Amino acid sequence: MTSGRGGTSAAAPSFPFREGHTLITDVRPRSAKPPRSTPIPPPRRGFLSHVDAKWSPYLFIAPFFVIFAVFGLFPLAYTGWVSLHDWDIGGAGAFVGLDNYTELFGDPDFWNAVVNTLGMLVLATVPQLVLALVLASLLSQKLRGLTLLRMGVLLPIVTSVAAVGIVFSQIFDRDAGMVNGILGLVNVDPIDWRADKWSSWTAIATMVNWRWTGYNALIYLAAMQSIPRELYEAATVDGASKVRQFRSITVPMIRPAVIFTVIVSTIAGMQLFTEPLIFGQGGFAISGGSLRQFQTLSMYMFEKAFRDFDYGYGSAVAWMIFLLITLLAVVNYFVTRKGN
Amino acid sequence: MAVRPRRTLLTAVIAGALAATAACGGGASDSASGQTTLIVKTFSQFGYDDLYKEYEAAHPGVSIKEENIGKLGDYLPKLQQWMAAGKGAGDVVALEEGILSQFMAKPDQFVNLLDHGADALRPNFLEWKWKQASTPDGSKVVGLGTDVGAQGMCYRTDLFAKAGLPTDREAVGALWTTWDDYVATGKKFTQAGTDAKFFDSSGGIYLNILMQQGDHTYYDTSNKLVIDSNPGVKKAWDQTIGMVEAGLSANIDQWSPQWNAGFKNGTFATIPCPSWMLGTIEKQSGPENKGKWDVTRVPGNGAVRGGSFLAVPQQSSHQKEAAELVKFLTSAKGQTAAFKAKNNFPSSPQAIDDPAVQTFTNAYFNGAPVGKIFGESVKALKPVYLGPDNNPIGDRVGNALTAVEQHKLSPDEAWAKAVDDAKRLVK
Repeated sequence: MTSGRGGTSAAAPSFPFREGHTLITDVRPRSAKPPRSTPIPPPRRGFLSHVDAKWSPYLFIAPFFVIFAVFGLFPLAYTGWVSLHDWDIGGAGAFVGLDNYTELFGDPDFWNAVVNTLGMLVLATVPQLVLALVLASLLSQKLRGLTLLRMGVLLPIVTSVAAVGIVFSQIFDRDAGMVNGILGLVNVDPIDWRADKWSSWTAIATMVNWRWTGYNALIYLAAMQSIPRELYEAATVDGASKVRQFRSITVPMIRPAVIFTVIVSTIAGMQLFTEPLIFGQGGFAISGGSLRQFQTLSMYMFEKAFRDFDYGYGSAVAWMIFLLITLLAVVNYFVTRKGN
Repeated sequence: MAVRPRRTLLTAVIAGALAATAACGGGASDSASGQTTLIVKTFSQFGYDDLYKEYEAAHPGVSIKEENIGKLGDYLPKLQQWMAAGKGAGDVVALEEGILSQFMAKPDQFVNLLDHGADALRPNFLEWKWKQASTPDGSKVVGLGTDVGAQGMCYRTDLFAKAGLPTDREAVGALWTTWDDYVATGKKFTQAGTDAKFFDSSGGIYLNILMQQGDHTYYDTSNKLVIDSNPGVKKAWDQTIGMVEAGLSANIDQWSPQWNAGFKNGTFATIPCPSWMLGTIEKQSGPENKGKWDVTRVPGNGAVRGGSFLAVPQQSSHQKEAAELVKFLTSAKGQTAAFKAKNNFPSSPQAIDDPAVQTFTNAYFNGAPVGKIFGESVKALKPVYLGPDNNPIGDRVGNALTAVEQHKLSPDEAWAKAVDDAKRLVK
């Protein structure tokens, strides 16, 4: 569920556009250039050229839009349609309007999942991005074995989510976990990590942070590469310390990358599913703990749709996730932009 | 400029290829040679491989393909989707007891096996097993029984010896005629200080006691939720809570990695084990612990947990052939073979009495006569009616028990929460 992290850095340098370079836009018939003095081409070819010039660009971009419509837009709309029904295993039941949503707003388990998701989102995103920023600025220094180090931070992302979930679940095990073992050395009583909200959130956020910090660091690093060196030189001449340079030059200059990572991490955080599912145990792991201590929204959606077979209700949860993500993305955008 | 027409061509080719890919979605499974391929959907292990070969040899023109999904929890949503979509379920599907009532609510999704001569087979099944997969008026039979989850109690002989308890399975069985005796034994075991707990977690114990409390659990037979008015449920709950408070539970969720490791490390000394769990215990304990586990009777009068059926979905295009295969696989002979392969205990009285079952011993469990032990458990048993949302409610009660084990809720709070959750679920 965290696969939505693909995409390119928003901080990519502007596209090198060369004069006279033939791009698709050049083939439009309404060219500013005057017609050539050569004889007029045969009319058939002119017709084809016309059609080609007018429609080919649309065909070229069509695959994305077709695929997006089939696998993105349609499911979204259909889920909305299902959420307006009393829809169970046998298929569509009665049209119930917004009943599923009304019920959702009075459902303590739903609000519990909202709180859990947002709580883990904060625990997983803030330290992750701050750490990534520090890591990136270290990696942009002149160090020995720089390529090795830069590749090293990317390694966790290659690990499969399931493997991360399993290993960290053992590290945070109550009876034989490493963390409890270390705590035992300093005479702290073993913690039942799954029993409380704070402890389970910490364990799950640790998995997310471990996996994604390097990825974000690399994006920041790429953005930092495009900051003109002259700025730092001038700052050094003016007597600014490294920390001051970092705060006053680096961070403002990579703002687009920061906005990008904040939004992408937020979306991924809102869809958190696999890590808490694997962290939870036994046959009813989808409930996220005995008292739903760490059940996220995606888990609640799955439980409602595929364990209780209430597809209508599950779809309503899905739509609420979508709306929440949209809301958070907009808020993020404005908050991170404010400084401009 | 002359290349432009070619671009148009390329675009057309790409668009065409996309359309062609989209059109290749479906596809029939049968070859044109008249060969019928029956697709059997199962979860866990049914132990049918040899039976398939035998059936294929006796029925030229029929080939069987089993598509297995390991965990019931993963199998169920898939089955759900296949049934709802009207395709994908193949020709034979396995239905587990706990999910059966959900599908029984819409019996038209399945072929009525009475139309395929199943009526004559009725004496081949335990009466309650037959009724479980029949509509209340008896006019439709949705599935035929495969196995029943006959309960035994598995225990570690090495830990029992360490705690100064008897290790012989007859003597151990005599220790716990009732669940109160079981608790008393557990307390003795705990006092001996072996570092191990007496049982794995409250969930398995609770289920076992619950299934011994009369003919229904969370629902009465008219599908009314009676979780808070059925004294049997509260009794099973209270008895389980008593054991948790006595410190007998290792508080390890069933099916978790710690549970798996617990078998090997001897973290707990006993576990109520349905027949199908013997394979799991053997696998998780590993060859180095061979002979350390043994199995004896459960406290109280026998019990079952789980057990399955085979059904033919209405969407199958080979209903007749599929029904024949179901009849073959669920016959006394088929059930005996499945028992020998994977310890799935038969639901056919003929198979239970079959000398091959009665004399069957399990070498891993000290050569325990598992056929005899489980057979007695099954025959002592009264059928229990499980309503439509039995499994989800069971999950919620299980979570409430875990919360007590974690000291997050008092027993009374947890009980109130379980009842409340069940009511909200059913609405």
